[in-house]
Amino acid sequence: MTPPSNRLLELTGVGKHFGGVTALADVSLHIHRGDIYGLIGPNGAGKTTLFNVVTGLYQLDSGSFQFAGQSYTRCKPHLLAQVGIARTFQNIRLFANMSALENIMVGRHLRTRTGIWGALTRNAAARAEERATVQRARELLEYVGINCAHQTLAKHLSYGEQRRLEIARALATEPKLLALDEPAAGMNATETVALKELLQKIRASGVTVLLIEHDVKLIMGLCDRVAVLDYGKKIAEGVPEEVRRDPAVIAAYLGGEAA
Amino acid sequence: MRTNHKSISLHAPLAIALLALPFIIDALFGHGWVRIADFALLYIMLALGLNIVVGYAGLLDLGYIAFFAVGAYTYALLGSPQFGLHWPMYVVLPLGALIACGFGVLLGAPTLKLRGDYLAIVTLGFGEIIRIFLNNLNAPVNITNGPQGISAIDPLQIGSFSFGSSYEWMGVRVDDVHLHYYLFLAFTLLVIFVSRRLEDSRIGRAWVAIREDEVAASAMGINTRNIKLLAFAMGATFGGISGGLFAGFQGFVSPESFSLMESIMVLCMVVLGGMGNVGGVVLGGVLLVALPELFRNAAGPVQQMLLGKVVVDPESLRMLMFGLALILVMLWRPAGIWPSTQRRREFDADDSVLHQEQETVYDASK
Amino acid sequence: MEIFFQQIINGFVQGSVYALVALGYTMVYGILGLINFAHGEVVMIGAMIALTALQALLAAAFAPVLAVLLSLMVAVAVCMALGYSIERIAYRPLRNAPRLAPLITAIGVSIVLQNLAMMIWGREYHSFNLPFASTSHHLGGAVMNDVQIVIVIVALVIMAGLMWLVHHTRTGRAMRAVAENPAAATLMGVDINRVISVTFMIGSALAAIAGFMVSANYGIVHYYMGFMLGLKAFTAAVLGGIGNLRGAMLGGVLLGLIESLGAGYIGDLSGGFLGSHYQDVFAFFVLIAVLVFRPSGLLGEKLAERA
Repeated sequence: MTPPSNRLLELTGVGKHFGGVTALADVSLHIHRGDIYGLIGPNGAGKTTLFNVVTGLYQLDSGSFQFAGQSYTRCKPHLLAQVGIARTFQNIRLFANMSALENIMVGRHLRTRTGIWGALTRNAAARAEERATVQRARELLEYVGINCAHQTLAKHLSYGEQRRLEIARALATEPKLLALDEPAAGMNATETVALKELLQKIRASGVTVLLIEHDVKLIMGLCDRVAVLDYGKKIAEGVPEEVRRDPAVIAAYLGGEAA
Repeated sequence: MRTNHKSISLHAPLAIALLALPFIIDALFGHGWVRIADFALLYIMLALGLNIVVGYAGLLDLGYIAFFAVGAYTYALLGSPQFGLHWPMYVVLPLGALIACGFGVLLGAPTLKLRGDYLAIVTLGFGEIIRIFLNNLNAPVNITNGPQGISAIDPLQIGSFSFGSSYEWMGVRVDDVHLHYYLFLAFTLLVIFVSRRLEDSRIGRAWVAIREDEVAASAMGINTRNIKLLAFAMGATFGGISGGLFAGFQGFVSPESFSLMESIMVLCMVVLGGMGNVGGVVLGGVLLVALPELFRNAAGPVQQMLLGKVVVDPESLRMLMFGLALILVMLWRPAGIWPSTQRRREFDADDSVLHQEQETVYDASK
Repeated sequence: MEIFFQQIINGFVQGSVYALVALGYTMVYGILGLINFAHGEVVMIGAMIALTALQALLAAAFAPVLAVLLSLMVAVAVCMALGYSIERIAYRPLRNAPRLAPLITAIGVSIVLQNLAMMIWGREYHSFNLPFASTSHHLGGAVMNDVQIVIVIVALVIMAGLMWLVHHTRTGRAMRAVAENPAAATLMGVDINRVISVTFMIGSALAAIAGFMVSANYGIVHYYMGFMLGLKAFTAAVLGGIGNLRGAMLGGVLLGLIESLGAGYIGDLSGGFLGSHYQDVFAFFVLIAVLVFRPSGLLGEKLAERA
């Protein structure tokens, strides 16, 4: 077992219900600093629900989670972003009518300070901050490999670029944990390879990654540890090879492929 | 970055035109139209205030005129024989703005978690509540003088210089309507300046982000509640300033001036002109003040000319034409006459590229 | 206690009218996500047409009961045509426009209808007298007349009928499908345009009936009557949870009760400080309070279901 100090995110007995439906039941897991952690499971297994709990969109019904040594049960999304959890969305939620650059600049909101007064006077501090924001946004566009004109509206980007822009926007918040909800969904093989490289680059920069993915090959090739959810329960957790051989997992999910 | 030279060559003719405008209007159309121009400026200020709330932050406010009312009544109560108070303009105007801002926060704090149309009806209710109170706070203690309103309000004046008087400088006679024009123009330019600066800032981007996708905005670390409250407070402040100027200009206020229809008119200016675009909103304000006046002047004489007599009530004919104009303009340009580049592109492009769910953080967190 | 009972009766009668009008708002909102601002004016037009038709029929020596029924039918027919046209002209071309564009055309339609009515029927109040006497019944100190009894009964019957239509007919199923997911409904072969037209026509028919009722109850019609009535009915729809039919009915009746009880008791509640003219304030305060605690209205569905 790893020492707790190495655990960036730790869920303890997390449960979430919608009416009579149990979306998450007593889920406990932990993510090590610097890892890419994969979350897999069949459709409706509760993966996105878990994401929404960890990023504050849903309030959990039981249990709690610890992030960077701090315990949370009820927390607003913007406060979790503040402490270092950033995310992307399964169904891409960019600010469609803002430019690619502006999308990332919104991601900088959290780490910048200019208020009404600064905006009105455009004093030295505000101007410097604005310049730095633009600069950082440009770097991030380049970092994720978007080479379009910066003023292109987000909705006019290609699908793969939109996915990457969402990652760049999340990175702009300077997260400790980057949570990606099916980033490879709908991507072709080339785009997926590029994504894989990007994720490795992000990990190398010291950001921990939590990844929901259906592409098992991508998960197995990329993740340090993997958890499998089924019907809201965690049925396996460990390094990819272990999980792959786990009979419960084979039965629930990988059955077809493993046989 | 725009060079100074270019900026001057661009703005100098505009400045001269704006300064000369009241005299041109006076010469061409008469005194009455200068007065209408004054009102247009007041409405432009209102519309710009509402634009922050509706255009930038995407919050539908149907009771915006309440803030105008608060500003107007603050001025009226503190600068009229009603209580025998005659506080100077430079105290009462900011105070009115501040109180309006306070009302904005008061209304916004509990209600801003409501989604679009629910917020709309709550703000509408708030607007009506304010108006009904103004209408009835004449008994048992007479505060607002009820439906009769407050009259003999002090003119806008600084020291001994009154905007309500006529002066003659170097042989040029400058009347009160002209003076008010310049005063209101100065305030309008200030409001435009503030709008533009805010639009292109960290705060402005946060507003637009919330309008575009509130859930994503909060996931990016924007405190959506506070930022929305800020939009509400800013909008209310502009409304309060405009209201104070209105009271001083008219010399009379009554609850009638603050009906739901007024809120709707201001909203029409914003949407019809082009939400989120300062230029469009200004245009909307000018059009919606000028059009009914034009129709008013045309409705009677045109009938006289065509039919030989006035068949239908000119007042209803004027409003009828106004209603038709609203419909036709929106059908012709659904994104407004002069939309912001963002909105225009939004409408032109097929929206299938990015399907956005319209839920708020609070719906998702249930 | 007598006052209390009387206010309850008044509240129910007024609430029935609100409920009928609120249904029109809520049906359109449920399907298009649009506040049909012109709906209140349709109520007014319904009342005006009914008045004109009734006078004409009585002048032509029709039997009173027949005249009333026929005039109501004329009003319903005219309003259905009106509702259909409003949708075709002012809303349909803007179906994919920015969200507030149809709201502005709705306001435009509202202004046009109001002023058209003013031109046709003038600015004055017209009395609306039914051609037969309405007996008053005493119920434990409170009074309720025939007209009021008929209003409540007819409203109940219509609401029951509407619920049946929505839940047990093909048209109703199509309406629910479009409200749930227009794109999917189209794929399933539902003609969206037809469904929307039908929705507007049903809503307008209810509006015409409500217009007739409110005029018969107060004995007065006026070109401006639609505005406040529409506003109240919309408030009722939101109170109940907009988009929800049961919510509109509940909200309508509740708002009627709140108003009349508020008007009756607000003086006592505030120690004489606030008079009965604060009844609207009372209604809006209740609305705001309800929404602060239940952001989707009393019976409102969670929004995610209607994304």
